[in-house]
Order: sequence, then C-alpha cells, then structure tokens
Amino acid sequence: MLDSVDIATRVEEILAAHAGTEGALLPILHSIQESFGYVPEEALPQIAQNQNISKAEAYGVMTFYHDFRSKPAGTHVLKLCRAESCQTMGAEGLATHAKEKLGLDWHETTPDGKITLEPIFCLGLCACGPAALVDGKVVGRVTPEKLDQIVKGMR
Amino acid sequence: MRIWIPRDAAAKALGAEEVVAAVKAEAARRGVDVTITRNGSRGMVWLEPLVEMETPDGRAAFGPMTPEDVAQIFDGGPLALGLTEELPWLKAQTRLTFQRCGIIDPLSLTEYRAHGGLRGLERALKMTGAEVVQEVLNSGLRGRGGAGFPTGIKWKTVHDAPGERKYIVTNADEGDSGTFADRMIMEGDPFTLIEGMVIAGVAVGATKGFIYSRSEYPDANEVMQAAIAVARVEGLLGQNVLGSGKPFELELRVGAGAYVCGEETALLNSLEGKRGTVRAKPPLPALQGFMGRPTVVNNVISLASVPVILQHGAEYYASFGIGRSKGTIPLQIAGNVARGGLYEIAFGLTLDKIVNEIGGGTASGRPVKAVQVGGPLGAWIPVSQFATPFGYEEYAGQNALIGHAGLTVADDTADMMAMARFAMEFCAIESCGKCTPCRIGAVRGVETLDRIARGDTAAIPLLTDLCETMKSGSLCALGGFTPYPVMSALTHFPDDFTSNTREAVE
Repeated sequence: MLDSVDIATRVEEILAAHAGTEGALLPILHSIQESFGYVPEEALPQIAQNQNISKAEAYGVMTFYHDFRSKPAGTHVLKLCRAESCQTMGAEGLATHAKEKLGLDWHETTPDGKITLEPIFCLGLCACGPAALVDGKVVGRVTPEKLDQIVKGMR
Repeated sequence: MRIWIPRDAAAKALGAEEVVAAVKAEAARRGVDVTITRNGSRGMVWLEPLVEMETPDGRAAFGPMTPEDVAQIFDGGPLALGLTEELPWLKAQTRLTFQRCGIIDPLSLTEYRAHGGLRGLERALKMTGAEVVQEVLNSGLRGRGGAGFPTGIKWKTVHDAPGERKYIVTNADEGDSGTFADRMIMEGDPFTLIEGMVIAGVAVGATKGFIYSRSEYPDANEVMQAAIAVARVEGLLGQNVLGSGKPFELELRVGAGAYVCGEETALLNSLEGKRGTVRAKPPLPALQGFMGRPTVVNNVISLASVPVILQHGAEYYASFGIGRSKGTIPLQIAGNVARGGLYEIAFGLTLDKIVNEIGGGTASGRPVKAVQVGGPLGAWIPVSQFATPFGYEEYAGQNALIGHAGLTVADDTADMMAMARFAMEFCAIESCGKCTPCRIGAVRGVETLDRIARGDTAAIPLLTDLCETMKSGSLCALGGFTPYPVMSALTHFPDDFTSNTREAVE
C-alpha cells in the first residue's frame, strides 16, 4: 500500500506530465486511476490546486463519471453488458447467473478481494452478445458455461 | 503467403487472438511462410473471426474460424467461403465510408493511399475553405450521430464565425446499444476519420482537433492513438499538412463511462475537464463550443464520410439515397439476429428487407417481435411498420428516429414492459441531473412502470403524461427521447403492460 507521501509524489508527476493540456482534468484522473487503481481522496486537493479549481469541483467531476473509483477494485474486474442488444440475447439471465455464482450484486467485490462485478453499457459488440469485458479484454457470446470458465480463471 | 485476421474488437471477442496463434503454429508445422496482417472487420460479425488468404484470384474467406479448424485455411473445408468480394452479403453493399474497412492494414498510410485515401484531402487543399464547405453542403450529408442536422450548415456557421482559434471535435462517444460503426471505422480505417477531420479543419479554419472516444472501446482507442502517431510522422498531421503549409493537430481523449457525454454540449464540458452536464443552447457549439470558441462537433461517421465526398464530388455522394436522406448509411444490424453486422447501403431500405432478408431473421429462430432503431433512445418498431423506408423524415413520420442507424432485433420472448422499464432506469442512471424532467422524471418513470407491473392500469395515463413532459421539457435527447422506447412499447405492445392484471383477474 502506498503511503500519502508516495501518492503526493506520483500525483505531482502526473500533473507535471499534463501541464499545458487544454481541459486536462479527465486525462489526469485517468492517469491517476491507472497508477493507483483508484483515485485517492488525498489526491483531490492537489489536483484542484493544480487545475485552479476548488476541491469540491474536483470531487464533483471525479464522482460524476462511472469509471473513477474512490477505492481499489478487486484483482479482477468482470464487466457485463446490460444494454438492449445484449438483453435480446439473454444478458439479464447471464447477469443473474453471475451474481449468484459470485454471491455479488453490481459494484461489489468478493470478500477475498479477487473479483469485482460491474455493469457496463455497450461495448459495441452488439452483433455478438451477450458481451463482457474481462480485465479489459472483450469477450462475445458469453454463455453461463463460458462465464463459469472465466470466473474459474480468476480464482 | 499473406493472411488477414481482423483486430476488430468483435473478432477478438470471438477468438481472433487464439486463431492468430493457431495459424502461426499450423504454418510453422507445415513449413509455410505466412505474413499475418491484422485488418479491420469486413462487418460480417456472424462470420468472425473471418480469416482471409491471398490467392491468385483475390482474397479467399474462411469463417467463422476457430483455432481447431485453421488447417482448413490451407486445405479447404466447410469453413471455406470462396472469394471475399463475391460473398453476397458484401457484394450487395455500397461501401463509400467503409470502402477500405477490412481491406487494408489500418495502420499503413501507404495502403490507405493505395486504396484511394488522401485524394479528398489533396483536393480540399487546392480549394478555398468556403468551397470545401459548399461541397459538403451540396453532398446533402447530415449528422450521422442521430440528429440528422446538415453537416455543411454546421461547418458554414463555424467558417463564418469570427475567431482566432477554432476546433474540430469528433463525437466518438458511441454509447448507443446496437451501434458499432464508429468503433469499426476507428479500428479498421482510422485514417479516414483523421482525413475527414483535417478536411474539416481546412474548411473552417480550425487548427486543432479532438476525438472524444469511450473507455468502453479499449481496442479502438489503441488503434486510433497509433494512427495519430503514424499520421504525425508521415506529415498528415502537424505544422505542415501534406506540405500545404497549413497546420492541424489532433488529440484523442477518452471519456469515463458517462452515456450523456455523447450529447454534444455535455461532451464539450467533459472535454474541458468538467462534469458532463448538458449546456443550454443557444449559444450553439458552432459559435461557442470548446473553451467558448467556434467548434465543429460531428459524429465519427459524418466526418469519415467527408473524404469520399471530396474524393468523388458532392454529386456522386448525393446520387445515393432517398428524399432528403442523401448518400449511404452504415446499418448496424444487432441483437437477436442470425446474420448481424455492419451493412453500408444507400438510404431507403425497409426494415423487412434489413431484418428478414439481410439479417436472416432472429438468431433464436423465433419470430421477430420488434426492432429498436437508433439505440436506447429509439423507438421499438413493430413488424406492422416494417415497410417504412430507412430515412430521416420517413422515420420521423412514424414517431421514430433512425439515430445512429443501430438496429436491435428482439424475438417474441422479449417483454416490452421490461424494455420500457429499462429505458427509464437507464435514463435515471445516466441523467446528468441538469434538468428536472429527465432527473426526476426518469425515476418516477421507473416507479410508475413498477405500478403498472403490479397490475395498476390506472398508472398508464400517468406514464403517458410523464413521457409527454419529458419529451417537451428536457434539455437534451436523453430525457427528451427516452419516451420513444417507452411510448412505442406501450403503443404497439399494450398486452405486455396489462398481462399481470389479466392474470390477476383470471
């Protein structure tokens, strides 16, 4: 686990790398999440000062977007598409299966910290649904059996 | 021997990486020297991964390929489909915007040029900005993101606006379910988008562009970023575009999972580093867009269609289509469909032709119940309206939208009340919160639908009334168009909304 000094140093590097970028806040937040796996709350005043905005504004932006996490996710992140095209191919049933299998609801992480289950709205794989994003890799035509295999690989 | 295996996300999702490894192993086993090119997708998703092999007669197709079947690429077999160009699904299309997608190496500017690329930009660079704008106006090109606003008029507004700094912003926040044309062009022919943006820059006097893409598209972002780097090295971007002395710089930005950022003013706020809330219009983004400066905000497909318009001229492009829907439209046939994928064709096809003939009916083999056209904010169109020709005005006349031309097919097991509830739930999750009809209305919509689900038919007029308020009172299309799927489901499939009552009575 990083201590606050490490966080401050790394955040400073990220802020420096984005100097001069027009409307830099989203790229900064993406970089921070890439570095830490989440956006540490203690980074927000530092970002706010750098971007010449209030801490409330920085917090407001960070929490507006579904992608940014305020705490780390599990080791593996399983995102299941919930959008209409995938629904027509059984995404709802697949989601129920995944929730039961993992004992999780959306946005929850298994107690061992290994798997986080999240909904996602459209991966553009609408002609080969139901679709999933498994640790950033796309998977199409996910059946309950295929999902079990994916989960097995994560455990 | 040259072999093509797509790097398109749909191909990858169906096992393209495993097929690449298997082809390499099989070639090594046979002692055959193969060069594998990772192309874009030809758009026949049901045949992905679609492997192609160079033959003296042209490219031969094999698919849907699996790692176990790769020997068929060398020996033939049931997965051998014949010459790619002769496949009926592909042959019947009119590929203008997607003319190179799936054919070339997406990151080879040499191949791009060899297949007609950069001709449009080269021509534009010899014209005045006003002439380029006029050409786009004459082509009849309308916003392919869904609004259908004439692209040329937007460009003219920005061209005529005073200002030292102007911007070109590509809306690549393709969040609508059933759509993947933007993703496919970014993964399969990214230079087309870059060329279109540079032409737009030349036309209106903008020197900086942004592509606002999605975090849900990791593969597209990877290809797009690499293509921008190549374009810089090769002089398509930079201080001196193709030696013209004109500058144009381009940056890829990635959103963070907010659907509403596909709305142009929310997108601009997001690009500026703010919450993705919708702005009231006026002022128009064309006059006060990114950082308050004149900005062209166009959909990926609108901009990617510009090179072919400049290449062959406005008249050529306008010769396709019907009425005021000129040119071609990349139909994205999705959902529960036997042959899904991207099908580029002139406007004017009926849903019957698209879904039943081209798409081959449902994947499940059951009867088609309805097709949602235009994403989560589009209407569910029942089979009884399948004769409507595909065009902006034709759909508006049916209380529907063509949107980004995504078509989600649903079979007869679909519960239309559940779909209506989902539309409201989605709107509640994704609402930016700026205006009340959307922020509160969507939540009340879910509650009202739950009342109806419990058998309370008295709530149906309430839902209708709520939809009317959302439609006329919302700032943007999220709250304003959510009533389309809800009301179309209620109008065309009332039984799905009252079945619980019936069961209760019985």
